[in-house]
Amino acid sequence: MEHLLINHYETAAVILFGIGFLNLLLQNNLVKKVIGFGVMDSAVYLFLASQGYIEGRMAPILVGEVAHAADYINPIPAGLVLTGIVVSVSVTAFSLALIQRLYQKYQTVNFDEIVQLARQKGDE
Amino acid sequence: MSKMARIRKEKKTPWQKFCAWVNGDAAEQMLLPAQPPKESKKKAAKAKREKTTSNHRKDMGLGQFDHIYRICAVLIGIAIVSVLMAVVLKLPLFGSPDNPSVNEVVERYVEKGLEETGAVNMVAGMILDYRAFDTFGESSVLFLAVTCVTMLLMRDRNNTDKKEDMLTAQEHVIEGYEEDIILTKISRLIIPCALVYGIYVVLNGHLSPGGGFSGGTIMGSALILFAVSYGMIRMSRFFTYATFRKVTSSALMVYAASKAYSFFTGANHLESHIPLGTPGAILSSGLILVLDICVGIVVACTMYGFYALFTKGEL
Repeated sequence: MEHLLINHYETAAVILFGIGFLNLLLQNNLVKKVIGFGVMDSAVYLFLASQGYIEGRMAPILVGEVAHAADYINPIPAGLVLTGIVVSVSVTAFSLALIQRLYQKYQTVNFDEIVQLARQKGDE
Repeated sequence: MSKMARIRKEKKTPWQKFCAWVNGDAAEQMLLPAQPPKESKKKAAKAKREKTTSNHRKDMGLGQFDHIYRICAVLIGIAIVSVLMAVVLKLPLFGSPDNPSVNEVVERYVEKGLEETGAVNMVAGMILDYRAFDTFGESSVLFLAVTCVTMLLMRDRNNTDKKEDMLTAQEHVIEGYEEDIILTKISRLIIPCALVYGIYVVLNGHLSPGGGFSGGTIMGSALILFAVSYGMIRMSRFFTYATFRKVTSSALMVYAASKAYSFFTGANHLESHIPLGTPGAILSSGLILVLDICVGIVVACTMYGFYALFTKGEL
């Protein structure tokens, strides 16, 4: 328990990931599913950023002439988070565009209703 | 209308009002008086569809399946969270310098970064020099996303019907109304500042926090604000689909060409002839500045492109 409290950023990230995942599974509204996906993304960024932090060290922007590795935090997670943000923006935009097309065709964003309507069209 | 009044009466407590607002009922009610016959027809169709849907669900035993599905989903979610929690329990302590993630790669990036890339901001040096190919992939992913959204949402003659044409005409009429004076005056103040700040963040990417992605987003938001306050017609005077295509693809090609040059010289142990400059100066750190500008242009155009495609279906 104490370990979880010390690693509270990671714990929060895991809880957020669970919330986003359940949102993805349980919501019928496609837009809300995309929101759940975004929550999962943020959880991953929080986890990565917390992995890069080192107590008492500076941000990785050089001060002075010579760089000592013992003075700066880990710069790699920042780059990974950047990649993640870009990919999630693209995926979110693409899925929202698909949802907009589905809405134009079926006049609803409810996943079950879309499936039913598609089946009915197939039957006829 | 009496039914509507009853509904309005029922929603009295603030919580119910809030629920209605979240569900979008309030907006629907506001729109109702404008076009009552159409809306009621739509509602009837919706009710009919819901009825058939629920019947259909009952016939197929989907109600029960839905129940089981929900229970299973919650169980799977709890299982995943507990497995991840168990992993967190085994993780090294937060913020300790002995973590296995702080390894020789980090040491190399921090200690040799300035010498090898010339960038004061180590993250910029890392993503635009050591891992520039990865960042090229990121920019291409953005470009691909905006291309896909264009394919899906662009309104052209293959992609519209009569109803949509009517909606577009309505939007044009609304846009022709008098401009919102508060919005235009304030945005006249904000847009230049936002653009200059975005350019500053892009150009200073190798010296301070920032870089192509963050600066590009700021510039994109300035473009979006312009489009919101002055309308698409004025926007299209200097930013059309053709400009968007040319600017974005040439920025990506400049990125690819300059990185190909440094890959070629680096792989063949040739001298690159690109001076790294004095650390801390604007014109330093070799290709990073050029790459930052390219990434910034791609990101700004992409952000504005998403906005324009989602609201109007045109660039």
